[in-house]
Amino acid sequence: MIALTLLLLGAPGDLALVGGKVITVSGAVIEGGTVLVSNGKITRVGKDLPAPAGFEVIDCANKWVTPGLIEASTRIGVVEIDAVADTVDSAASVPDPIRAAVRMDDAINPRSALIPVARRHGVTSVVVTPNGGLVAGRSAWLDLVDGDSPAWTHAFWGPLAMHAGLDASAAGMSGNSRAMSILRLRELFEDARLYARQGPAFERNALRKLTTSRLDLAAMADVLSKKMPLVIAAYRASDILRALELAKQEGLRMVITGGNEAWLVAAQLAAAKVPVILGPLDNDPGSFQTLNSRADNAALLAAAGVEVVLSTEQSHLASNLRFYAGNAVRAGMTFEAALRAITLAPALAFGAADRYGALEAGRVANLVVWSGDPFEPSTAAEVVVVKGQRTPVESRQTRLRARYQKRLGL
Amino acid sequence: MKTSALVLLAGSLACATTGGDPPKPKDELPARFGQSTPREPELAITSTVGRPVPAAVAIVGATLLLGNGTRISPGTIVLENGRIAAIGPARDVVVPRGATTVDGAGKFVTPGLIDTHSHIGVYASPGVKATADGNEMTDPTTPYVFSEHSFWPQDPGIQRAVAGGVTTIQVLPGSGNVIGGRAVTLKLAPRTEARAMRFPDAPNGLKMACGENPKRVYGDTGRQPMSRMGNIFKMRQAWIKARAYRLSQVKYENDRKIWDKKYEAAKDGKGDAPGAEPLGPDRDLGLETLADAMDGKILVHVHCYRADEMLQVLALSHELGFKVTSFHHAVEAYKIADVLARENVAASMWSDWWGFKLEAWDSIEENIPMVAAAGGRAIVHSDSATVIQRLNQEAAKALYAGKRAGLKVSEDDAITWVTRNPAIALGVADRVGTLEKGKMADVVLWDRIPLSTYASAERVWIDGALVHDRGAPPVKWSDFEVGTSVEEVRP
Repeated sequence: MIALTLLLLGAPGDLALVGGKVITVSGAVIEGGTVLVSNGKITRVGKDLPAPAGFEVIDCANKWVTPGLIEASTRIGVVEIDAVADTVDSAASVPDPIRAAVRMDDAINPRSALIPVARRHGVTSVVVTPNGGLVAGRSAWLDLVDGDSPAWTHAFWGPLAMHAGLDASAAGMSGNSRAMSILRLRELFEDARLYARQGPAFERNALRKLTTSRLDLAAMADVLSKKMPLVIAAYRASDILRALELAKQEGLRMVITGGNEAWLVAAQLAAAKVPVILGPLDNDPGSFQTLNSRADNAALLAAAGVEVVLSTEQSHLASNLRFYAGNAVRAGMTFEAALRAITLAPALAFGAADRYGALEAGRVANLVVWSGDPFEPSTAAEVVVVKGQRTPVESRQTRLRARYQKRLGL
Repeated sequence: MKTSALVLLAGSLACATTGGDPPKPKDELPARFGQSTPREPELAITSTVGRPVPAAVAIVGATLLLGNGTRISPGTIVLENGRIAAIGPARDVVVPRGATTVDGAGKFVTPGLIDTHSHIGVYASPGVKATADGNEMTDPTTPYVFSEHSFWPQDPGIQRAVAGGVTTIQVLPGSGNVIGGRAVTLKLAPRTEARAMRFPDAPNGLKMACGENPKRVYGDTGRQPMSRMGNIFKMRQAWIKARAYRLSQVKYENDRKIWDKKYEAAKDGKGDAPGAEPLGPDRDLGLETLADAMDGKILVHVHCYRADEMLQVLALSHELGFKVTSFHHAVEAYKIADVLARENVAASMWSDWWGFKLEAWDSIEENIPMVAAAGGRAIVHSDSATVIQRLNQEAAKALYAGKRAGLKVSEDDAITWVTRNPAIALGVADRVGTLEKGKMADVVLWDRIPLSTYASAERVWIDGALVHDRGAPPVKWSDFEVGTSVEEVRP
């Protein structure tokens, strides 16, 4: 009875975000909309909803309310300082380029100093992505909760997706040939299937020699069963086509990451329903696998019906995700498509769209109140809610700034 | 031969003075050996792009962001003969007959943006070993190398920077060395060689570097320096040598003046033979660079992240007699913003880069506006072929972060961070960096206020010639891009 009353009246932490321009992403934009948050979830979204008694009311008049932004390719949580090796856990430096068993959720620090910096710019979730090797390992989903709140101990989950490469870097890890990369991947799939069927025989040492370790082969089971997507780093158009062939032959759920030349094979990507994670600022021929980079890659792909995910591919600067999206708009993407590409699209690509990426009742309450258009530098994220909790607007950086602002009298 | 001629001449002249013979004819005097350290001739280069001289252009009725912290709105600006021929409120400026008129209503004009820190051309795209020409990491002090000699004018990054409204850049050697070499200031007109892109008569820069990079590059292979104290030692050692070199040059120049006077007198038969011709110090390209920097002919740019290291370099500059023009990266400039303002040292900064190494750990988003608010010379720099395409957005990010923190900075101030202030740091503010009558016509027309993410440079002029037109069919400048499938530079 007491619990029921509390629920009706609102419990500590229940929020009513009232009167904003609510961009749900999955549905219509609601002018003068209200979002109710309770127990970490969005409970209602609608127009002219009264704030229930006991809810903390956040006035959103003249503000924009969006889902929390999702950075789909980052090392937040597994890197603190790139040049300080002790703080970098994203890449397993072992001789075998196949590291399928590695899980980022085994290494994540949800109290990283990088988290508040990104969160202050509206990033509420990230895909913590392993790097290195031919098969880098498995990513994890991290919600950027307040590291000083009890929520930090259960901020992440995984394994989320398997990450591999058919790019120059992966080739460099597998005998300096793309041919060898794909050969080893096919061999890995074959052996993983054999291992799945003949596990007991393997344990009795009654199987032929397999390509990689027991744990790596076991980790591939979720990829083979399509429970987990295989995220392939591919930049050159021909590498993307090889990846699509692999997905078809092996029957995989695939996501392309990188994708500088994806616009050249947009029709094939759309037909295969393979999403592409890309950096919208990549517009120069920085390498021989990106000779045909162009700023309107994202716009062209979206127009062709490809599910585009925009990413900074950064960790310390994941804070810039909103500006990356704005630059995709500048290069021809619609605002709606660009916002989707940093909210619902990454949730879809990683199989989390039932819980993330849109403002809808029942989803995890990750959302942001903006002073205006989130893609503009003159706009600030004024309220950032992660898993239903208002997060501090401070970071180590803001504390340093305050210290010296005071010292210098500025 | 020269020696014997001189001896013979001395003998005959000695004879002449004692014996009262008539003066010897002039043609018996040997040619003077003269300046012992010849320099390569400067090419008479102007980077005027248009050939023939472009027709006059008048941008009418735009908001003119002057780059000096003020604006005129609505204003009109006329570009003629490579210069800004007129500028003022729209009602006051007469558009010359025959000028191409551009409707600026609702649009914005700024000076061409200037980047004090670029490696375009020396770390060109594609970024492979074959194009990695920015660091001569064979010795920690290489003041004798010139970035200009590495610069590849076909770097596809050049055109992309121009599409972002950038018209002038300083191309620096990298930071692998304590003293990396000479930097060059270029105008971003498409040319076949770096020399033809030189900003006319702009001083060279000198690149120095503190902190983690040099000590890592050399220390990791067991060479000097492997510590910050090693870095500072290498700097001091080089400047001490340069000071001695400069003194010997001064001594030579004085001796030479006296000798020349005597020689001229002897030629006219009015005095004793001048004795052995004085010779300057053997030419040393590295010491020459540092000596020129001591004279202020070369501007000193120091890669330095931490506040304490910037203060050390300032102390060193006072000890050894050179002036730091700008610190670069300077992520802790905000900690010593008052000192930088007092010492008149600029800080070239990113808006938000941080955390990639320990010395970048204390970066804050308000670094640039704090330097500005303290009265210092704040500059937004790129150090990146990507960031250089959006210097306007970087300035905007810094500006609004500063405003949110309550710092006294304005939109018009933010424009100075990418125009006037970098022009001063490169020693070219007399000709570019602000929209003023008589200055070079390096001008950008933006489709909206450039402090918006959505703003694009619609047109860019360098020396009055149109070098970027967003609406026109694009032509790739770089030969490297011929044959790729990309047909246009957008946005």
